Amino acid sequence: MKAVLSGNEAVARGAWEAGVKVATAYPGTPSTEILENIANYKEIYSEWSTNEKVAFDVALGAAYGGVRAITCMKHVGLNVAADTFMSSAYTGVLAGFVVVSADDPGMHSSQNEQDNRVFARFAKVPLVEPSDSHEAKEFLKIAYEISERFRLPVLFRLTTRISHSKSVVELGERIEPEPKEYVKDVPHRVVIPSNARTLHIELEEKLKLLKEYAENTPLNRIEWGDNSIGIITSGISYQYTKEVFPEASVLKLGMSFPFPEELVRRFAESVKKLIVIEENEPFIEDNCRKIGLNPIGKKNIPIVGELNQQIVREAFFGKTTDTRINPASLPQRPPVLCPGCPHRGFFYIANRLKLTVPSDIGCYTLGVIPPLSAIDTCVCMGASIGNAFGMELAFNLSGKPRKTVAAIGDSTFIHAGITELIDVAYNKGKTIVVILDNSTTAMTGHQPHPGTGKTIKGEDTVKVDYAKLAEAIGIKHYFETPAFDISKIRETLKHAIQLDQPVVIVNKGECILQVRGKKIVPYSVDSEKCTSCGLCFNLGCPAIYWGDDSKAKIDPLYCVGELCDLCKQVCKFDAINKTEE
Amino acid sequence: MDVISILIVGVGGQGIILTGDLLADAALSVGFDVKKSEVHGMAQRGGAVVSGVRFGKKVYSPLICESEADFLLSFELLETLRNLNYLKKNGKVISSTQKIIPVTVSSGNQEYPQNIEERVKEFFSDAIFIDAIKIAKEAGHIRSANIALLGAISHFLPIERESFIKAIKAHVPPKTLEINLKAFELGFNYASKKIIV
Repeated sequence: MKAVLSGNEAVARGAWEAGVKVATAYPGTPSTEILENIANYKEIYSEWSTNEKVAFDVALGAAYGGVRAITCMKHVGLNVAADTFMSSAYTGVLAGFVVVSADDPGMHSSQNEQDNRVFARFAKVPLVEPSDSHEAKEFLKIAYEISERFRLPVLFRLTTRISHSKSVVELGERIEPEPKEYVKDVPHRVVIPSNARTLHIELEEKLKLLKEYAENTPLNRIEWGDNSIGIITSGISYQYTKEVFPEASVLKLGMSFPFPEELVRRFAESVKKLIVIEENEPFIEDNCRKIGLNPIGKKNIPIVGELNQQIVREAFFGKTTDTRINPASLPQRPPVLCPGCPHRGFFYIANRLKLTVPSDIGCYTLGVIPPLSAIDTCVCMGASIGNAFGMELAFNLSGKPRKTVAAIGDSTFIHAGITELIDVAYNKGKTIVVILDNSTTAMTGHQPHPGTGKTIKGEDTVKVDYAKLAEAIGIKHYFETPAFDISKIRETLKHAIQLDQPVVIVNKGECILQVRGKKIVPYSVDSEKCTSCGLCFNLGCPAIYWGDDSKAKIDPLYCVGELCDLCKQVCKFDAINKTEE
Repeated sequence: MDVISILIVGVGGQGIILTGDLLADAALSVGFDVKKSEVHGMAQRGGAVVSGVRFGKKVYSPLICESEADFLLSFELLETLRNLNYLKKNGKVISSTQKIIPVTVSSGNQEYPQNIEERVKEFFSDAIFIDAIKIAKEAGHIRSANIALLGAISHFLPIERESFIKAIKAHVPPKTLEINLKAFELGFNYASKKIIV
């Protein structure tokens, strides 16, 4: 049977068909839907882990324990899991273990565009790259064979366009591999230096065998065409190559580490002009140069950003398209906090009080967009708290002491914020930490997390108690604020600034996209009372706009009325009220 | 047959992704190779959304680049204008007349462009503009506007109606099925009338 599946859906299907029994992940675009889809298979245990390292550890443990396992994350998630990742190459595995990294060239929803192919070489594990959904499913099954044959984790690299584009997949059946018998294997599993030294030697031996495998694997294939041009490519770049050079000979690498040197050399010798087409880093190109080849690569193809067939075409043939409109001349639609977003009130007050706010990764990063303009920094998951503490130190040491306010989401706090908060308390910081608690992982599409009391399957489970957590680590000042009560937020923050100790504030309000079954009566503006002062525009609410009469208006399709109420609280002229029914 | 490329554009929340899925499923069911691409995440928070569907005997890239689209199916006027470069010379524009004001405009910093229909017709004189919201209301719910637009474009594609109807049945919640089928019908009829005229 055939189906149109996204790359992520295909990986999920592939895991099921490969007989995977344990699947773990932390949500992160573009990888999130892999685990969401795996969770629909009752044969596979699946969990949202607290972060990518935990996800990696759990899945690796399952592979040590004898069943096939998968862990999925976005590219920067592998940074979080890197500690385990690097050493897991030394320990190897008992049952098949695949690490899925979904990279984000072009940074559609990410803070950088690191190319995790480089990570495979760094960790010394085999790298498998599909170029469409069908390959995502089929190559994953081969990845499990590689993992078990060489007893190594396999890095399975997707990119946004593989993960989120859909293509036709031929569905297969599930196999049920016998769980492997667990035998205590201290020399391979305990990386004390005396063992690790031997394990490194063993890993280098495995890599030699893997290199031989890479020379002959069906994952790498040559499509012979016109031999005046030969192109080496991998992943999604293969598709762009076929669009632009339909006649050329193509060496498509599905496994580019270890690099199949002999295969590449043979291919290069058979073509007149050698080109490498790849996104981001010159990974294949550098490997070609290492064996004395001199392909055209990053000299023509940009290193920055995502590729497409137009960019590849223009890199070789110049501009061929018609220009009818200059899109830069049109009003943009930047992503904004939704109408009724529970984060808006805090950022409004942070802006009014001119606070220094290191923030974090999530929907609430949109608090940086004008007019809220409330955020000072955003680097990576969990960094807000450490950054806030460090900035506080800098201000003190510069003789201009003032408090800083870290703003971090509930899911992100649990992911990487807790250890940072302990650091503040332990080292006698005075930082204010605001947990923007919307009871979900919103940006990636509303996944539950340990603060929600629900599992990925929707079952009830234990729930993190922020108040007790704060108390347990020595924080004496803990407050909760209702996310839609502006005066309460202002008052609490002003009080917190006066305190000479660290403070935790949990700003509670459910994500408006998760609110169900409540009647919404939108607000409207009384034009008689509206003085066009523009105060309500400081909220940056997409439902509020200027009418033709130069008075504020509220779009009833977007406004959530009493569920939010912020504009009514901000208006000094009582001009905003429930629309009469 | 060459590959047919359809670019579907609009604003987050308009049902663009679902419309693309329906198109892809309908194309698959008549035996075409199909690819579809869009971006999730940040782009969904009130941002512009672009989804591309390509089908034919063999499709390589899932992306539709400038001067490559056979059809621009737009759910919002400003987005129609924004994406005009993506159409081939003889491409077809099918656009809703709905306007959704971006924050950059509502905050008073920029202006929503005027006379979009005329500007589009300068390049594509046979562009079809549809009051999809009105049709959706007539079908029974404002949220069926995307299916009305699907009905309109289906008129021009080498895929029979039954395949679309099957795809709609497989994807939309049962309680909205009747409304969606009606919206599809009305959209289809609107496009047929436009051609005769």
